[in-house]
Amino acid sequence: MTSSPILDRVSAIAADVLQVPASSLSLQSSPETVESWDSVRHLDLVLALEQAFHLQFEPEEIDQMKNVECIVDILSAKAPKR
Amino acid sequence: MAVGDFRKAAALLALLWNAEPTNSTAAFVVQRFEQLRSHLSLHPFRLAILRSFTVEPIVPLLRASAFCSGIDLTVHLSDFNAYVQAMTDAQSALYAFRPDAVILAVQTRDVVPDLWKNFGGLNREDSSKVVVQVTSEFRAWIQAFRKQSAAHLIVHNLEQPASPSRGVLDEQLEHSQCEAIRTVNRELAAAAAGFSSVYVLDYDGLVARHGREQWHDERKWLTVRLPIAAGHLGQLAAEWMRFLHPIAGKIAKALVVDLDNTLWGGVIGEDGMAGIRLGTEYPGAAFQELQRALLDLYQRGILLAVCSKNNLDDAMEALEKHPGMILRPTHFAAMRINWLDKAQNLREIANELNIGIDALAFLDDNPIERQQVRSELPEVAVIDLPSDPMTYARIVREFPVFERLTLSTEDFERGKMYQEQREREQLEQTLSSREDFYRSLQQEAQIAPVTPATLGRIAQLTNKTNQFNLTTRRYSEQQLNNMAASAEWECFSIRVRDRFGDNGLVGVAILRTQDSTCEIDTFLLSCRVIGRTIETAFLSFLADRARTRRASRLEGWFLPTKKNAPARDFYFNHGFTASSTNGNGTLWTLDLAENTLPCPAWVSLQIMNGEEQVR
Repeated sequence: MTSSPILDRVSAIAADVLQVPASSLSLQSSPETVESWDSVRHLDLVLALEQAFHLQFEPEEIDQMKNVECIVDILSAKAPKR
Repeated sequence: MAVGDFRKAAALLALLWNAEPTNSTAAFVVQRFEQLRSHLSLHPFRLAILRSFTVEPIVPLLRASAFCSGIDLTVHLSDFNAYVQAMTDAQSALYAFRPDAVILAVQTRDVVPDLWKNFGGLNREDSSKVVVQVTSEFRAWIQAFRKQSAAHLIVHNLEQPASPSRGVLDEQLEHSQCEAIRTVNRELAAAAAGFSSVYVLDYDGLVARHGREQWHDERKWLTVRLPIAAGHLGQLAAEWMRFLHPIAGKIAKALVVDLDNTLWGGVIGEDGMAGIRLGTEYPGAAFQELQRALLDLYQRGILLAVCSKNNLDDAMEALEKHPGMILRPTHFAAMRINWLDKAQNLREIANELNIGIDALAFLDDNPIERQQVRSELPEVAVIDLPSDPMTYARIVREFPVFERLTLSTEDFERGKMYQEQREREQLEQTLSSREDFYRSLQQEAQIAPVTPATLGRIAQLTNKTNQFNLTTRRYSEQQLNNMAASAEWECFSIRVRDRFGDNGLVGVAILRTQDSTCEIDTFLLSCRVIGRTIETAFLSFLADRARTRRASRLEGWFLPTKKNAPARDFYFNHGFTASSTNGNGTLWTLDLAENTLPCPAWVSLQIMNGEEQVR
């Protein structure tokens, strides 16, 4: 997967929270493809991202987080540009 | 990996956790500790959380934090809003879980929705009725819980709304919304105080400390029933830890502090008295604020000690004479001001104070000193300080090993007692004979049967006295109560005063008389009075007591442990003979007809009986 600063941070956080190796995650990784990604872990992931990026997601945005790619897109649109 | 490597790995995880206490770090730290746990000696602890909101994401934060403090936490969560059923039903999963501690985490909006969102529609009587109802509910839940379980119970109090329903008018009214919630909280605190091991967590204060507006995430509440913003979840976990530390016994008895750039700004040996920063204005005020926090610990019964690399004269001049100092040399129970290695100094301080290394905490602005202490003495609770001194006081105040859930009179006085002890030792050095020393102390001992007022302290002593303790039997308040109610058993305490001050209640003896034999089940003295013949005075009283109960023999076991060597020759030195031994220890016997056991002439003994204590 092509790397970007946001993508790298998202995969590192997702790897910790979902307790899988970061290398096993791709843009297409989702609750369907990662066994440990259940609803409790999904909430953990959302909160961990909010903590890391210092922001709060709208409920609509959380609904759209179907896979890693969606998460990166939402964060790219939301995170302050550096 | 060797044991040391596992400890190092655990210490690294703790550093990682302290640097970034987030949900992703927590997941990582918990996973790693679960792999290491069988190689570390962690304190297993079972915690149940009864809740009216989503706490699942807080659990990993709490477990990570607990692991880093040496506690292996197993957590049971009640179903949503099933806390009443969990507490009142003896068959509930809560009781089957056999918790060590239970947290009742409820919110105002769930427990008293009327007070939270319908207050505008309540008249005066309605609102008093609601207040009375919810406080009696709280009381009934605690009562039901106590009936089923002896576990510690931590109850969240009720938070205030960010905006009262009547706006600024609310504070002007006698029966305001805020006052109604304050009344519930006051009544809850009073109810908790009526039970042993029931504590209130000031949730309203916690939310206020971090700012109501920032604390809440209303969207998450409405979508996933999580009322707290992601950035504040760790602070609730930390607040819970402040209770779990004293409950699990993960506490420090003494705090050892550095001087330069910790107690004051600058280096006394270089900057001199006029140059160090310590006073009421910026930047010296930060250090005064830290000293005030340390004084609070001192008054809570936590001993303070100094460990500093300095010239003794320079440091003492500042400690004694600097006008900005809040602490003075009398506040410190031990001092090591020299150029030796700090780990070695800490070992000596623990030794001098008669406490274990694991009962020390260490405060030093220098990360290299902290690192050295951490690697050489992993048992010491090392407090990490950032570079900004303005944060020091808060960090010390929130450090969980200093938390206490109860305080005895002795705790309030402890620092002073150590100071008096040093004066006694100085006197001992100036007097030529032991006897002169004993006489000059003018000791008065008061022996009394256990009373409701002394029960707590007596249980505390049986549970924490290790050195001068013949049998090291641990008793709860409940067990001691049962003994006091039986005819066979008698439980006595001893208080000691001398010319330097009151040592407080420092010893316990438990006797069991059956036919002609009187057995000393428990005999213990706090180490601060050992070696002053108080033990002989107390034992002579027991011999008299045994005679009064028409016993012909006084006997007692010495059960050796790793720590009670000071008590090993106690019975032998008082004329007892060894009558039998088994794998656990030796039974010593004194024939009461053939032996007198006089009280030393220099101890004035006062015996309180049951009637006197009623008065």
